[in-house]
Amino acid sequence: MNLVQNFPFLSIILTLSGGVVCSVLKGSNARKYCYFVLTSVLVGSLLTMAYVLSTGESYVYMMGHFPAPWGNEIRVGVLETIMASLFSGIMLLSLMGGMHHIFEDTEDTKSNLYFTLVSLLSASLLALVYTNDLFTGYVFVEINTIASCALVMIRYRSGKALVATVRYLFMSLLGSGLFLIGITILYDITGHLLMENIAQSVSVLFQTGTYAFPLSVVVVLFSMGLAIKSACFPFHTWLPGAHGNATVSSSSILSGLVLKGYIFLLIKIFYRVIGMNIIFHERATNVLFIFGVFAMIIGSIKAIQEKDLKRMLAYSSVAQIGYIFLGIGLGTEAGIAAACLHIIVHAITKPMLFTACGGFMDVSGGSKKFSDIQGAGLRDKLSGIAFIVGAMSMIGIPFFAGFISKVYLTTAAIEYSSIKTVVALAALAISTLLNACYYIPAMLVLFTHPKTEKVHTHPRSKEMSLSLYIFIGLNFLMGCFSQPIVNAVIQGIAMFR
Amino acid sequence: MKIREDYEQVGWRKLIHWVNADLQEDYISKDHVIHDQLHLKENAAQEKNKRIDELKSSLQALAKTHGKQWYEKSYRIFSIFVAVAMIIVLLGVVSQLPSFGDPSNPANNEVSERYIESGLQETGAVNIVAGMILDYRAFDTLGESHVLFIAAVSVLILLRMDYGSDGKLRKTKGIRDEGYDRMYEPRNDLILQTVTRLLFPMIVLFGIYVILNGHISAGGGFSGGAIVGAALILYNNAFGFNKTKRFFTYNTFKWVSFASLITYALLKTYSFYTGANHLHSGIPLGEPGAILSSGLILPLNICVGCVVACTMYTFFTMFRKGGM
Repeated sequence: MNLVQNFPFLSIILTLSGGVVCSVLKGSNARKYCYFVLTSVLVGSLLTMAYVLSTGESYVYMMGHFPAPWGNEIRVGVLETIMASLFSGIMLLSLMGGMHHIFEDTEDTKSNLYFTLVSLLSASLLALVYTNDLFTGYVFVEINTIASCALVMIRYRSGKALVATVRYLFMSLLGSGLFLIGITILYDITGHLLMENIAQSVSVLFQTGTYAFPLSVVVVLFSMGLAIKSACFPFHTWLPGAHGNATVSSSSILSGLVLKGYIFLLIKIFYRVIGMNIIFHERATNVLFIFGVFAMIIGSIKAIQEKDLKRMLAYSSVAQIGYIFLGIGLGTEAGIAAACLHIIVHAITKPMLFTACGGFMDVSGGSKKFSDIQGAGLRDKLSGIAFIVGAMSMIGIPFFAGFISKVYLTTAAIEYSSIKTVVALAALAISTLLNACYYIPAMLVLFTHPKTEKVHTHPRSKEMSLSLYIFIGLNFLMGCFSQPIVNAVIQGIAMFR
Repeated sequence: MKIREDYEQVGWRKLIHWVNADLQEDYISKDHVIHDQLHLKENAAQEKNKRIDELKSSLQALAKTHGKQWYEKSYRIFSIFVAVAMIIVLLGVVSQLPSFGDPSNPANNEVSERYIESGLQETGAVNIVAGMILDYRAFDTLGESHVLFIAAVSVLILLRMDYGSDGKLRKTKGIRDEGYDRMYEPRNDLILQTVTRLLFPMIVLFGIYVILNGHISAGGGFSGGAIVGAALILYNNAFGFNKTKRFFTYNTFKWVSFASLITYALLKTYSFYTGANHLHSGIPLGEPGAILSSGLILPLNICVGCVVACTMYTFFTMFRKGGM
């Protein structure tokens, strides 16, 4: 076995134990160690991606001395390595972007625990991406749930953050519970936890028609559970509070990565566990499609009404998650590819917007209300530019990242040719207009001269500048030279079957 | 009638005042100022109260409005409806699932067959469950022990009070330390102490026994660790924090969890790496039934036991007083 093939497993172990190591270090050392871990995971994932792209086929990695149905295993394909690189890279950039906020918003003796949480969260995201076993998936969903709630809660001065955490915790646990019940029923009727074996038994069950009712309930439970956890439309109520009140890095990580981890798991389950034909037959895609359309429109309308920049960005996330579910709801390969592209695009755009928002808060006395951040884009020019780039990308202007995924979503919708095409195109058009309706006023507020006198400003750290530069670069790179990534995503989805 | 300008200062007038027991003018005026100030303050307070009352009554009015009441009622009815529908659907599913204990169930397949038939030779563990969770599916258990760890860390973040580098509390406002915690029970209970003196060593020994024999008999790291944790909680309840502080502090928790989880991760990294690369691990399985047997399961059980005991005790202390 090639040495590169060990990297996915090593990155999971490195991040898991990285969390444990950070818990005994002092805050500043924990930060360095966390940087080291995430950078090495990023490099390892990129190397693995290059390897998988060169061989052109996925491989399974046995966790221990026993082969798959008996032992655990992870599966490494192109799409998995893309997601792993994306998640570790964005995690690193989000941390860098909000670093001084982390040390301000946490108690001195507990700032190292922030890095423990981040490290364990990365481990769980990597494991969710790579897992080939449903129960392993559930174990890491648990870690993910606790870690992401604690990332909101750790901002100890804010009572709002605590209330938001309680809400988030309840909704998230409800989602985990439904997912767990789904796994239990599926295990009972198939006798397996390994994805390939379940897929075989499920297709046999589907053909013979036995256990038809439990099977449809399983599909419902998986879809609902993961939709709650990824804040799909009717279950999005926890998101604005949690993302709006957390510290800057937490908001970036939660909106950019945590939601995407669950969506990726859902796509994986649809493709590799249940099978797309059964999903079609159960009409789960239609439900998710409707949820997606509503999310796109209602999330945007809610964002227009917001008077608080961070909460506006949080509602924008609801709308963007709607785009992803729209792609999944189409159910075609092109639709899923467009959804995956939108996962990537949103992951490199929304953390940038949140980081820029952190920059505006620094130059506006810590407030994120529109009345207080007037002219903040002029006081902190780099954050202002980053915000413009992010807003353009979210609206879907050409040469920015958001344009690419919207083009692919539109093409996928046109190819589908049924009533869904019309609905999807209409929803895309309306939602794009609505996006412009709240991003452009936000930009106007940020770039008009304030009436009030100068407020106390906080110097921008070098880490934050660096992360904003990289974010802006990534956005242009994705917007102008997206073809290799698109090809890789399509190849990765083809590998799923 | 013409009155002199300084009429109030005239001695006659003062005498009249004195006779009538009237208060002197300047005294009265001073009193008046104070009175006014008091009045202003009272007014402000009253206004504030009034505003709060108005806010309250408007909130109550809102709660009593038709729309809100309708919303709350329909919300309750709808949530009950959703819960009942969910229960009915899940009960329907359960009725259609394979019957319990049927040998032809899908779950009785080659997977469980191999666990039962060759688990003993392959893992060396008499307790098949220990062999399954710590050898066949050790990766899941690695994740599961980190779930415990992250739960403890989250509780620490939420409830641990801010102790400085000198080990003293940073802020004292609103903090309830052990003195408060002892308000209703100033002295330790003698019966509890006597019984604990007898029971504590036995419970700890039993917990260690369960951990160490996890691969031979029923039990293992999770159950043994819970027993040891319970013993620590009992000891704390009987003797208070001053005594437990001598052997279990925050640093104990930190370093014991660190050491056991890192050991677990390192051991399993070695075994995963050799397994995936088809190398011989070179770990002897030993003779089944002996205490030193079944390869890595014994050290892993010890690690899991330490983590579980520390986590349980930490939960207790954090919820009781926010420190150890």
